[in-house]
Amino acid sequence: MKSNTVITGTHFITGDDACAEGGIAAGCTFFAGYPITPATEVAERMSKRLPQVGGVYVQMEDELASMAAVIGASSAGARAMTSTSGPGFSLMMENIGLAVMLEVPCVIVNIMRGGPSTGLPTLVGQQDVMQARWGSHGDYEIIALSPSSPQESFELTVDAFNLADIYRVPVIILSDEIIGHMTEKVTISETEKIKIVHRKNPACGPENFVPFFPDEDGVPPMALAGDGYHVHATGLTHDEHGYPVITADAQERLVQRLVNKIRKNEEKIVRTEEYYLDDAEVIIISYGCSARTSLDVVETAHGKGMKVGFLRLITIWPFPETKIRGLASRKNVKAFVVAEINHGQVVYEVERCAAGEAETVLAGFMGGRIFEPDELYKVVQEIAN
Amino acid sequence: MKERLKQAPPKIPDEAKLSWKKGHGDHPLDRYLKEGRIPHIWCPGCGIGIAFTAFIKALEKAEFDQDKTVVVSGIGCSGRAAGYLNLDTYHTTHGRAIPFATGLKLAKPELKTVVFSGDGDLFAIGGNHIIHAARRNVDMTVICINNFNYGMTGGQGGPTTPVEARTTTTPYGCAEHPFNLIYLAKAAGAAYVARWTALHTHELRDSIVEAMSKTGFSFVEVITPCPTGYARRNRLGTGLEIMRFYKENSYITDILEPEDTALLFKGKIAVGKFVDIEKPTFMEMYREYIVQQAENSG
Ligand SMILES: Cc1ncc(C[n+]2csc(CCOP(=O)(O)OP(=O)(O)O)c2C)c(N)n1
Ligand code: SF4
Ligand SMILES: [Mg+2]
Repeated sequence: MKSNTVITGTHFITGDDACAEGGIAAGCTFFAGYPITPATEVAERMSKRLPQVGGVYVQMEDELASMAAVIGASSAGARAMTSTSGPGFSLMMENIGLAVMLEVPCVIVNIMRGGPSTGLPTLVGQQDVMQARWGSHGDYEIIALSPSSPQESFELTVDAFNLADIYRVPVIILSDEIIGHMTEKVTISETEKIKIVHRKNPACGPENFVPFFPDEDGVPPMALAGDGYHVHATGLTHDEHGYPVITADAQERLVQRLVNKIRKNEEKIVRTEEYYLDDAEVIIISYGCSARTSLDVVETAHGKGMKVGFLRLITIWPFPETKIRGLASRKNVKAFVVAEINHGQVVYEVERCAAGEAETVLAGFMGGRIFEPDELYKVVQEIAN
Repeated sequence: MKERLKQAPPKIPDEAKLSWKKGHGDHPLDRYLKEGRIPHIWCPGCGIGIAFTAFIKALEKAEFDQDKTVVVSGIGCSGRAAGYLNLDTYHTTHGRAIPFATGLKLAKPELKTVVFSGDGDLFAIGGNHIIHAARRNVDMTVICINNFNYGMTGGQGGPTTPVEARTTTTPYGCAEHPFNLIYLAKAAGAAYVARWTALHTHELRDSIVEAMSKTGFSFVEVITPCPTGYARRNRLGTGLEIMRFYKENSYITDILEPEDTALLFKGKIAVGKFVDIEKPTFMEMYREYIVQQAENSG
């Protein structure tokens, strides 16, 4: 591998470019994708960067193929990623389910635009939050991270690769058109300072290796194609040997584990950022580009002496349930205002976690533009009074 | 649940082990089969097992490294092949074996990459992928079991079902034009294209060796009986009778143009090698052109 892998220094780049650089910094050596606005720039940058660092860029025939190729590459040991937006994200759902079932680490960058269907190719939306969680059929848990700046796009993409490897699960970067196309300062540290955590390798030779038998954390070590372990991986319900077993027992054993390896590690995975929560009576909850406007509103409200706090979700899935339940149970907390660019997605999760202990209100905006601070301020003011 | 996961992994059931040992324990090809996976799911008289055996005989004959050979399957009766092989094997989603294999191969070029799957999987739902893998000339071998129908789901019509043939979804006879897989593979850019029937076990084995030794995208179509689905509805008889049909109606040729090899209902079957050309693979082009340019400009 060549020395120009990580572009240490300060750069003025977009969120899309920062996702690509995050991938490179994390040691991504395989990208398969299909062009789509507003995510195309991720693929474009990867097509330029990967050949410089000993990696492979391939433009596939569609997003079904892109996702399948990413899983194949990761099965052979590469850190692999793809990028897309709404229509392509829908096509990727099929094989995101396969990655969940085969427990193959991979990173999917979704630069959200307005939908449904072709919707608003060039304009912002935050409407794929529930799709990221539930979009592929069947029962599963997944990880999704939401950056609010190009700097964070870089950092979270690195984290995404680590989390994917640690939990053997697809990790989705839920960015949006505004963050993806926004140009800001991005500081990239020296290679040695970038934290990289790799997947666990088998602790024994092929004779004794049981490919899907988990360690204590619920995650099995992963044998790679070509390493002599002769692993069988199937999208069918399987036992710890990887052999298909089409029974209710096998289903319980497998799917419980797939779900629990994320759920039980919620507190290790979840990250949020908080402002003025100590005595807050109203808490704004937001993420992605909406979090930037929300922060402005919180500062204004705070300046006027209102007891308004702010919780920014960095991790969206698994949902920061413990955190929000904790806040809801505080005596001073009266209401949550969830600011998002959709007709209500994260708000339902907040409502569920608040469990009647605090009022939950949606400040929902329809997409195509970021809301003005005033629009959110009005909602907050009304609730606060 | 947590308690259950702490238990030792379940061992391969004794019955399964026993049947494997009893029926197959001393067979010279045993080392190519995963322990405890036999008996397989295929029906009596099915041709998939014959193609499967030809494949493992090819592994044996050419001494391909078992640690470095990977098999990827899609979904279908044919797609179950992956699960029986003592190699790294992946049973993926319907139609996506080829892009999955593309990822494996490009990420680890030393892997010998084989896709073993059905005609519906590869040419209906996966049709877009096979033409693009052939166009890119990804170095892999695709073995396509053509039984003219969707066996696994009970015998529906598909992209290879001949005009007139009856299936569960063409109860009045098929009235769509089928693909000629040989012609299609050639047109899409495959470097090696051959067709055999389940009767041509030796030729098939040798052809698979040739295809796997070829650098580039190679395609081997295997015409196989599906007594349970396709044959029953078209009164083509048992597996044995279909093999007799192949004997009487197939002919080996090396002069036919791929476009003249279409298969008609109950018609003659042209078999042989139809394409064998040299052209740079995806990775060769990538390394020799793209990486070079990137180095020069970087
Ligand atoms: C997305 C999707 N659609 C449909 C199916 C159902 N299905 C399973 S196998 C199959 C057809 C397989 O036909 P073919 O590839 O010819 O294999 P064969 O069983 O004939 O060997 C279908 C339609 C599926 N598994 N996934
Ligand atoms: S249904 Fe047809 S293709 Fe499938 S195993 Fe039976 S005979 Fe073979
Ligand atoms: Mg078939």
